[in-house]
Amino acid sequence: MRLEVKDLRVQYGKIEAIKGISFTVEQGEIVTLIGANGAGKTTTLKTISGLRAVASGSITYNGEDISKVPAHERVNLGISQAPEGRGIFPGMTVLENLEIGKYSRKDRKNEMAEDLEKVYHLFPRLKERINQAGGTLSGGEQQMLAIGRALMARPNVLLLDEPSMGLAPMMIQNIFNIITSINKELGTTILLVEQNAQQALQRAHRAYVLETGKIVKEAKASDLLNDPAVRAAYLGTGAEKGHH
Amino acid sequence: MNFSVVVNQFWPLLINGLAVGLIYVLISLGYTMVYGVLRLINFANSEIFMVGTFATVIVTRDIFKYTSAHEALHGFKLVATLLLILIASMLFSGVTAVLVELVAYRRLRSKGTNRLASLISAIGTSIMISEGVRILTKSAPVPTPRLLTKFNLISIGGVDIRIDTFLVIVSAALIFFMVDRFVTKTLLGKAIRAVSMSEETSKLMGVNLNRVISATFLIGGLVTGAAAFLYMQVYETTVFNVGFNLGLAAFTAAVLGGIGNIRGAFYGGLTLGLFEQYASAIIGGQWKAVTVFSVLVLVLLFKPNGLFGEAIQQSRV
Ligand SMILES: Nc1ncnc2c1ncn2[C@@H]1O[C@H](COP(=O)(O)OP(=O)(O)OP(=O)(O)O)[C@@H](O)[C@H]1O
Ligand SMILES: [Mg+2]
Repeated sequence: MRLEVKDLRVQYGKIEAIKGISFTVEQGEIVTLIGANGAGKTTTLKTISGLRAVASGSITYNGEDISKVPAHERVNLGISQAPEGRGIFPGMTVLENLEIGKYSRKDRKNEMAEDLEKVYHLFPRLKERINQAGGTLSGGEQQMLAIGRALMARPNVLLLDEPSMGLAPMMIQNIFNIITSINKELGTTILLVEQNAQQALQRAHRAYVLETGKIVKEAKASDLLNDPAVRAAYLGTGAEKGHH
Repeated sequence: MNFSVVVNQFWPLLINGLAVGLIYVLISLGYTMVYGVLRLINFANSEIFMVGTFATVIVTRDIFKYTSAHEALHGFKLVATLLLILIASMLFSGVTAVLVELVAYRRLRSKGTNRLASLISAIGTSIMISEGVRILTKSAPVPTPRLLTKFNLISIGGVDIRIDTFLVIVSAALIFFMVDRFVTKTLLGKAIRAVSMSEETSKLMGVNLNRVISATFLIGGLVTGAAAFLYMQVYETTVFNVGFNLGLAAFTAAVLGGIGNIRGAFYGGLTLGLFEQYASAIIGGQWKAVTVFSVLVLVLLFKPNGLFGEAIQQSRV
């Protein structure tokens, strides 16, 4: 698996939200994309998934330009996403939400039981709630469901859009622990978009900083964690207090 | 005003109300399912119904070559013939519905035009189909040869249930429950529901939106075609604008039950069918269209989410 975004530009009407960004995600990595509100993180993930059109530049997946491939076919290629705000189907049960996550798989009948088990193993809370309507789950449970549902498609690369959004500190720890174990145990490559830079940088291998549609910094995640400018801007601690 | 009729005629009115209501249920599925996935009122659905009634006539008269002078059919031959005509009418309406979507809506959608454009396209398509049939039939009513000898099948407590009424009630209820099960249990049904809740997230699941939309029009059309067939077994005559009143009533039923909601269509259709029967018994049959229209306006004014609104929202398509 190799994902490469090159000179990507994305527009909403005349407004350019992504202004020529390039980055790569290599097999087995957790790569994080951090940035403030409106930086273009969600737009980037949506474009990789095919929900937004590429204005110019390319998205290459395993050496092939996929920027013209329709969204529903990209899932089949191995790119899954747990979107911002979770996107749970509210009127469907937890089980139905997971089942629809397998929509793209040809061999879904045979894989279903095994993959449900896999998801229940990661998220025991979901197993207790299989017949509950998705819309009645708590925020944390919905996030678990969104990630579990994305895993049902057996992705090579998993795109996560702010999985910690709106969750209590305990739940945030929990979700990030699971993200780490999905990467380590299932070997799934992860592209993680976050505003919680502290957690994201602790978990990721490499990181990119996005500011108003441009990548302004890229480094090993652990290096950024100690970067005074990053600390000042994204970690809520001034440069003078930074650890060196 | 004649209130005693409700007491005297309670049971016959109930039976008729059920039959009419169930025909509304089937047609309103055509509106409600399409609304669920596209948030579009498919005004052409009344014409998809009309086309189905003509399909029934054409298959009966021109393909099976039955005439009104024909000897009545019985037993297996009757059942098999009716079933074939039913399937043909369903397919005819179903294919028409899919074509309407391809021609009138899909291009507008892919260009990202707003809903108003689609709505106008829907009304235009509707007028085009019905005017086309008006010209072909010279505005004359078209009868269908009777295949089903009409006799009273059962008599319960002095109430006669005629064979055609019985056929409508049983078949329509059966078809409704099949659609309901299809939408809740099958993968395609789940995809239809998923699209109605979020187009974008459905795409992230690998759902091919255009295919699901076509499937929705197909199912809505098949069911509306079944309603057309059943209607013709009872009323035996159609005309180019037959879909107007029935379409309006079915749309009202869909709104009454909460548009976009499959079980809502069921309750809405039955409620409207029964209400219409009792109300016109009291104030006179000539007011039927007015009653239906008043219900529509009142619901839109006071209960725009439908009478059953939130409680059964979870079964929305
Ligand atoms: N549908 C849209 N139409 C017009 N502009 C949009 C649309 N979606 C996003 N934008 C604009 O594109 C820019 C990037 O938005 P995006 O949602 O990608 O940011 P983000 O980094 O995900 O922000 P957040 O952290 O708040 O989720 C913003 O300026 C936003 O206003
Ligand atoms: Mg975002």
